[in-house]
This record gives sequence, C-alpha cells and structure tokens, in this order.
Amino acid sequence: MGKVIVVTSGKGGVGKTTSSAALGAALAQGGDKVVVVDFDVGLRNLDLVMGAERRVVYDLVNVIQGEAKLTQALIRDKRVETLYLLPASQTRDKDNLTSEGVAAVIGALKANFDWVICDSPAGIERGATLAMRHADIAIVVTNPEVSSVRDSDRIIGLLDSKTLKAENGERMEKHLLLTRYDPLRAERGDMLKVDDVLEILSIPLLGIIPESMDVLRASNIGSPVTLADQGSAPALAYFDAVRRLKGEQLPVTVPGEKRGFFGKFFGRKAA
Amino acid sequence: MTDVLTQPRPIRLKGRSYLALTLTPELPFEDWLARLDDLASRSAGFFLRRPVVLDITGLDIDRAQLRTFVSQLGQRQVRIMGIEGASPSLLGSDLPPAMADGRPTSDFEPPAAAAETAKAEVAAAEPVMPDLPKSVPSIIVTQPVRSGQSLVFLEGDVTIVGSVASGAEIVAGGSIHVYGTLRGRAMAGTMGNAAARIFCRKLEAELIAIDGFYKTAEDMGPEFRGKPVQIWLDGETFKVEALA
Repeated sequence: MGKVIVVTSGKGGVGKTTSSAALGAALAQGGDKVVVVDFDVGLRNLDLVMGAERRVVYDLVNVIQGEAKLTQALIRDKRVETLYLLPASQTRDKDNLTSEGVAAVIGALKANFDWVICDSPAGIERGATLAMRHADIAIVVTNPEVSSVRDSDRIIGLLDSKTLKAENGERMEKHLLLTRYDPLRAERGDMLKVDDVLEILSIPLLGIIPESMDVLRASNIGSPVTLADQGSAPALAYFDAVRRLKGEQLPVTVPGEKRGFFGKFFGRKAA
Repeated sequence: MTDVLTQPRPIRLKGRSYLALTLTPELPFEDWLARLDDLASRSAGFFLRRPVVLDITGLDIDRAQLRTFVSQLGQRQVRIMGIEGASPSLLGSDLPPAMADGRPTSDFEPPAAAAETAKAEVAAAEPVMPDLPKSVPSIIVTQPVRSGQSLVFLEGDVTIVGSVASGAEIVAGGSIHVYGTLRGRAMAGTMGNAAARIFCRKLEAELIAIDGFYKTAEDMGPEFRGKPVQIWLDGETFKVEALA
C-alpha cells in the first residue's frame, strides 16, 4: 500500500503545483513508483508543468464519472518511467467530484503506487477538502509572508478536523514546505523569518525552497525543476525535502545563510 | 446649540436578576415581629446580605406605621430593598422604593431548628451560606487553536496550552488562560462576568473583550505587545499588568 500525500496551502500562487511536480519527479528518480494527481478541476496546471498537456485524453472527472478506466487516464512520464500523472479536467468544475468517487480512485492508486501525490486546489472549499480527505501525509506549502502563513494555519486546522485520519482519531502527519524564499529580501527584513513562520505554524519543517528563475524556466519548458535542472538550488532543496519525507534526519539549510547553525531548525516537533 | 459630550462612551444599561426574599407581614405588627425574632434566633444572619422585599398588599396602615415598621425591621438587621403593593401615598423619599412585576418562585427554606442550632452558634459571627459554591467547570485545550477556529465555552474558564492564531477566536464564560502567544481574539466573561480575566504568555491579540467591553489591537498600547500579561476590568476600564 502506498502513501497518499496532499500538497496544500489555502492561498493560491505559493507553489503547490510546482512543488507537487518537483517532489513527484524527485521521488520517482529514486526508483519509487509515483503518481501525481491534479485535483484542481477546472483550472488544471499540473499537466503543463509536467509537460504532458498534449497527451491528455481522459481525466480525473472521467474516471470518477465512470466514463474511463483509471489506466486509460494515467499518463506516463517520458523521462522517468516510474512517474505518472492523473490530470484534472479543464472543462468541468469541482461539483463533478464525488467523495465516493474520489475515495475509489485514491484507493485504486494506493494499491498500485508507492506514493500518491495530490495537488490540491487553493482555498478551503470542496475541491481542497476532497483532495486532503484521504491523505496520510500533508505538505503545507507556505511563502514567508503573513497572508500565506495565516491561510496555512487555517488549512492545518482543517487537516486536523476534516480528514478521514482526523475523524478516526488519528493524527495527520504534517510538514511545512517554505517556498519562494528570497535570501536578499529576508536580509532586508521584508519577509517573515523562518523562525517566526515555524513558531506560528508549529509543524515540522520539510525544506526551504529558494525563490529562483530556474523554477519559472522549468515550468515554462514543461519539466519539473528536479528533472530540468538537477544541480540548481531549488532542485537540490527539493531532493533534500524528499529525503526528509522518507524519514532521513537532515538539517535544513536556510538559503543565503552560512552553514552551521541550521541545527536549530532541525528536529522541530509540532506543538 | 448642542452639548458636547466630553465622554464619547455611552452608558451601558445592564439587566440583572436576583432572587429576593419576600416578607408578608400581618397586623398587628408586634405579634408578627415576635414571630420573626423567633425565626431569626434560630439562624444567625439569615437575613444578612439577602435582598428583602416587603409585600404589604391589602394591609390597612398609614405612612407613620409603615415607617416605624421598616425601622423596626432595620433594627433586626433586615434591610428592605423595596416595597410591593403599597399605594403611592404611603411611600416617601425616606422609605424604600416601590417595586412591581415580581414573579413568585419556590419558597425559601426556613432555617431548620434543632440540628442547625449548634452549628449556627459556632458560626454565629459569620453568615450562614445557603448553599456551598459549586466548582466552576473549565476546559483545557492542549493544541494550538488555528486560524478560523472558534472555541466557545460559556460555562467557565478556558485554558490553552499552545498558541491562539491570528484569525482564531476564544469565547469563554469565565477567564481565558493562554500558555503561548495570543494572536487572535479572546472574549472572556461573556455571560456577564466582569471578574473574568485574560492571561497570556505573549500578547499579540487582535481583540480582547471582558464582559462585553472590548479593545482592538489598535486601542491597546504598544508597551505590552509581546509581553506576558494579565488583563482585567476595573469598573469600565481595562487594566493590563505584566506578569513576572
């Protein structure tokens, strides 16, 4: 049985889709069988970032409505053969997602893959709650600015109340992924400090992804940054995040700071 | 020409209900007072600090008689807070005010005679409490209260071991204790408990309220921001004090 990860944030534009694709590609390059599921029905982007937009035939809604089989909708990546994509529909809306249908699809994917990564839509409405409902692990993507942090806090509250794990009285495993971190702006004090974000959200830190042109460039050529430019700073940060996700104990490096005192961000536990 | 109010804050009119003890004296007053003395002797301080209402409906007395009677009750430590069923001509500025709209409730237990006497004599100096105070309920939350969450507990105190996020809300009938940073809204004493307080380890609140009085972050001075404080009401003003 595979693990279901939901990549969520509450606020739009923080880098959920980029992170879903990058983490998926990084996990797949380690040999794991990975499927990335786009839950953003009506505004699909993940297929663009993964460079599969011209190969979409069937999508998640077709599978849920019984118009197509799961195997027909899954798109295999041309670069990494253990990486698959289940695209969202661009023409339908989120009302077409039923909780029974989503449960059945996730169940089938869990049985066949090591990792099921759900790219959640922004917001706290139906689409987002359905995407997080069956998750085992949540990755909360946050930018170091107040509105993003507040929305993430709201999402963490929902993860602890509206998911199956929460309803069964278990604890959802939650990780914080700090994206679009700009060392220069952090130095000027224009952004929240890493410590402040961690203090407010009080969940363990999975990684800090620096703001970088490499991410934008990779998105535009339709390749996850962990595939397109494996030596770039964001790609390395994503590779490290994946190692932590698998349970490795790695100190987190804050971009633009000298090595050596990251030990203090390391081993933080949720309150 | 309009008067300019120097105090922009309006006066709050609040309602409060008490259970009053109603005395219905009978004529002649001397006999009735003797019976009252007998009752009071069995229970020291039975009338102390109790709101007492005099019901003189249907009694044929004049103002002088009534005044004498009230002063005689006063000598027995029975303070009359109001008089029911009196015609307006009977009452004056030196007498308790007229009361109306009283609704009957269950009878007060008259103090029991034998068994209580010994106890009453021991505690003669202090008034006998009619019923022991019940323990105040409280709840303890051991995880952070997240943005968008609202925690309502009108029965008593709320203790949070963790932080209250910006955009979260705590509503308590009693006091609020936050062992963490209070960034959201805290409303204590919402059921009319002006004695409720708000305690937190780090004050960053968006709004604090006690018993309906509130202050927003903007109204709070910067001097206590980020500090461990307790907040309480002194009359109608907030008092903030740093905790050691």
